[in-house]
Amino acid sequence: MDLGTFLAIIIGAVFVSNFVLMRFLGLCPFVGVSKDPDSALGMGMAVIFVMTMASLVTWFIYVFILEPFGITYLRTIAFILVIATLVQFVEMVIEKTSPALHRSLGIYLPLITTNCAVLGVAVVNVEDFITTGLPLGASFIYTVVHGFSAGLGFTLALVLMASIRQRLQLGGVPKSMIGIPITFIVAGLMAIAFQGFSGLKI
Amino acid sequence: MSAFSELTKGIYRENPVFRLALGLCPALAVSTSVENALGMGGAATFVLLGSNIVVSLIRKAIPAKVRIPCYIVVIASFVTVVELVMGAYLPELSKSLGMFIPLIVVNCIILGRAEAFASKNGIFRSILDAIGMGIGFTFALVLISALRELLGDGKLMGYMVFGPNFKPMLIMILAPGAFITMGLLMGMFNVIDARRERKD
Repeated sequence: MDLGTFLAIIIGAVFVSNFVLMRFLGLCPFVGVSKDPDSALGMGMAVIFVMTMASLVTWFIYVFILEPFGITYLRTIAFILVIATLVQFVEMVIEKTSPALHRSLGIYLPLITTNCAVLGVAVVNVEDFITTGLPLGASFIYTVVHGFSAGLGFTLALVLMASIRQRLQLGGVPKSMIGIPITFIVAGLMAIAFQGFSGLKI
Repeated sequence: MSAFSELTKGIYRENPVFRLALGLCPALAVSTSVENALGMGGAATFVLLGSNIVVSLIRKAIPAKVRIPCYIVVIASFVTVVELVMGAYLPELSKSLGMFIPLIVVNCIILGRAEAFASKNGIFRSILDAIGMGIGFTFALVLISALRELLGDGKLMGYMVFGPNFKPMLIMILAPGAFITMGLLMGMFNVIDARRERKD
C-alpha cells in the first residue's frame, strides 16, 4: 500500500478508464442531466457521495456476508438492494439534517438508484480489488478510493459535457441532430480526447 | 391496440434504444461485434420476458408504495439465472460481455416495461410486449455492432467482408466509435421521420 498505487487508482478511474467515456456506464444521466453546468455539478456531487458509500457498504456485504456463507452468486441481487436502500436512506438523512443540501441534491438522488455506474463501481471493485487476494485492509482502502475517484471521473465528464452543450445552443446544429444525437457526437469527440490518456503508463 | 401491433411497436415506432433512449449503456458497450450484440440482446430479452410475466402475475398483490423494490428483486433474480446459465454453457460469451451481464439489472428498458406496461396489463399482452421490446433492443444492438464491426474490423459475424487490402478504422471498435455511430444513427432516424411527416 503506497502512494503510487493510490495515484494509479485515482488517475485510472478519473481519466484512463473514465466511467462514462471509456466504460459506457451512467449514460442516461450523462445525456439527461447535462443541460446546464450547475445541475450537472449537483448531480455529480450526489453521485460521488453515493458511489463512495456504495463501495464501502458493498465491500462489507461481500467480504463479511456473501463470501463466508458461499453465496457470492447472489451478488447482483444483494448489491442492487443495498444500493437502492442506501440511496433512500441517504435521502432521508440529508432531508432531516441539511434541508439546504437536500434542496440542491434531492431531485437527483432517486435518479441514482437506476444509474448503472453505481452498481458498476461495485462490480468493478469486486473483480479488481476484492477477489484478487489483496490483504483485507488494502482491499478495503483501494475499494473506497476507487469508488470516490470513479464518481469524480463521472462528475468531470458530466460537467464538461454540460459546458459544451451550453455553447452548442448558439451553434448551428442541423435540425435532425438537435438534442441527443449531437450529444453523442460530442461525447465521441470527448472520448477520442480521453483515449489519449490510455497511453499513460503508471 | 391490436395484439400484433403490441408485438411490432418495439422494432421501429417505439424502439427502446433509438426512440426512447433507454438501455444506452449496454447498447454502446457490448456492440463491438455482432456476436456480442446477439448474446446481449438474447439475455436482455429473456430477463424482460421473465420479469414481465412475473410482474404481470403479481401486479395485484404488490402494494403501490413498495412496487419498485419488488420489481427490482424480480429482475435481479432473472439476471442471476442468466448469469449462471451463461457462465456454465457459454463461457466465452460470458467473458466478453463481462460486467454488463450483472448490469442488465439496471437496464432501464426492463424496469421501464415492468412499471409502464406489465403492472397495468394482463399476462398475454405483457408477453407480447416483452418479446417486441426485446426484438427492438436486439435489432438496435445488431445494427450498431454490424456498422462498428464492418468498419472497424472489416468483418461481419467473424467473416472477412472487404478482403485483405481493407485498412480497418480502428476508432470504430474503440469507445469513441460507439458514441459517434449512435449519434449518427439517431440523427438518421430523425431524418427518416421528418421525410415521412412531409409526405403525409
